[in-house]
Amino acid sequence: MSAGHHHQLYRAGDTPVHRLPPQCKLVAVAAFAVAVVATPRERFWAFGVYALLLAAVAVAARVPAGFILRRMVIEVPFVLFAVAIPIIGTGERAEVLGMSLSVPGMWAAWNILAKASLGVVASILLAATTEPRMMLLGAERLRLPRLLVQIAAFMLRYMDVILDQMRRMRIARESRAFVARDIRQAPVLARSAGALFIRSYERGERVHLAMLSRGYAGEMPAIRDLSASGRDWGMAVILPCLAAATAVLAWSIA
Amino acid sequence: MHVPDGFFNLPVSVGAGAVAVTGVGVCLRGARRELDDRTAPMAGLVAAFIFAVQMLNFPVAAGTSGHLLGGALAAILVGPYTAVLCVSVVLLVQGFFFADGGLTALGINITLMAIVTTIVGWAVFRLITRSVPGGRAAIVAASFVAALVSVPASALAFTLLFWIGGTAPIDIASVAAAMGGVHVLIGIGEGLITALTVSSVLAVRPDLVYGARGLARRLVLRTAEGAEVPVTEVPATEAPEPTATPSAGRLRPLFIGGGLVAILLAGVVSFYASSSPDGLEKVAADKGLNAHEQDHGLSDAPLADYGVKGIDDERLSVGLAGVAGVGITVLAGGAVFYTVRRRQRHKAAV
Repeated sequence: MSAGHHHQLYRAGDTPVHRLPPQCKLVAVAAFAVAVVATPRERFWAFGVYALLLAAVAVAARVPAGFILRRMVIEVPFVLFAVAIPIIGTGERAEVLGMSLSVPGMWAAWNILAKASLGVVASILLAATTEPRMMLLGAERLRLPRLLVQIAAFMLRYMDVILDQMRRMRIARESRAFVARDIRQAPVLARSAGALFIRSYERGERVHLAMLSRGYAGEMPAIRDLSASGRDWGMAVILPCLAAATAVLAWSIA
Repeated sequence: MHVPDGFFNLPVSVGAGAVAVTGVGVCLRGARRELDDRTAPMAGLVAAFIFAVQMLNFPVAAGTSGHLLGGALAAILVGPYTAVLCVSVVLLVQGFFFADGGLTALGINITLMAIVTTIVGWAVFRLITRSVPGGRAAIVAASFVAALVSVPASALAFTLLFWIGGTAPIDIASVAAAMGGVHVLIGIGEGLITALTVSSVLAVRPDLVYGARGLARRLVLRTAEGAEVPVTEVPATEAPEPTATPSAGRLRPLFIGGGLVAILLAGVVSFYASSSPDGLEKVAADKGLNAHEQDHGLSDAPLADYGVKGIDDERLSVGLAGVAGVGITVLAGGAVFYTVRRRQRHKAAV
């Protein structure tokens, strides 16, 4: 289920997409996703246009197709579900390749597959071209509550430390010939989780004290000014504007 | 399992988004009461812990393995408000940095996996620990039941949302049965691991378990003769009510803006989005809507089928229904949070 959270998606680069201020990119991707979800599923061409738009962005950002395809693995559980819908779905049936499939089920499967894939690719492009720290600063500029941004910042900063601790505990378990075969091994794993929680919590307390001793008073100092110019916004809204135009066209052309 | 884009129709996604924004907003203020100025680093580290522990696969039965959702565990260890924040941040990070879970489905994911699991888990936990005063064993048992119940509850909430605005034509009863059955099994695993984890933390650092604060013995001062001296206790964790006005001021534009966007989307976009019959309606239409099947008990309700009765223009009617739907969802969510907060405040005052 949780396949491949181990590596962050960011790819360093210096393209127009990388250089855009993060708040512009966040707004653009969110608006694009809304336009895609709002499109009626019968308009195949509209989804083709969306895919072309994303491909253009990927080319501009120099993100290789193989990278995107590998990252799309995250979708697999829902692809499996989408494949199952026509088989278990209700309604009118049609013969396809010798199997009796539900027609509305096939529409639903196509709907989920197309929209989910476009959404995933857009998210991958966003994450691949935006440094995690910058994304948080962008979110803060979009008036996301500051506390929430700080929590996310701490999580990102210490995630690798905690994951490394977990990995070391796993190596320690396995070097003592531990294999999780069935439910009887659960107590060992739970004790690991408990120990990990105590370590994380105590690290949090130490981090807080260290911050206080360096003058933390509830807010992180802003080191970089991240204001976006009109030109930046103009660049960023190209994608959602084209997507919105496609969505409107898809609705009006019957 | 993170819901991707396109799984639910737009009005439901927007409504769930409004619930998620309200819930997270309430929890931001509640977490300051639980953690005061330590909120950012502590919640951040606990979120990293939840993220890590979700990767800890444990074997369920015969070759299959599951992983922890962690909502109930977080609520018992660090308190419900902080727990909602932590799981929400985990979901946000997974959505934006790992492309896991659709961006338009973020509200649904937060509502289902952060808010429902935590609230249900915490409510069950409090119910049991309050009615069975049995010390450590009661807390471990309550953790088991709380985590066990929280998983199917989340699955049922998913089924409910799917009933309102799912895009796949599957018989809702079979969805409920399949989701419920599978998630009771997952819930047993979740409950077991949660209970064992809580018990192992209780054994080492009982002071770190939020749900076990009642277990700490009261401070007693004795004179040299052994007579007890009443202690005027100043609880260290009870920080003076944080000056919430600035944060409320900062949050207000977010709420107002979010509300406006929700209403706009629901009203303007939804009549485009749902004027073609979605899966369930189409199935119902194909089957000719026999009297004894498919149509649910609320079909005579004023908002049934995303339309307002008595308004002929279909688009206008669906748009109005969208706006009303968002309003009702927000009101329902708001009412729940308001009651929870009133309770909390009442308890603090006593």
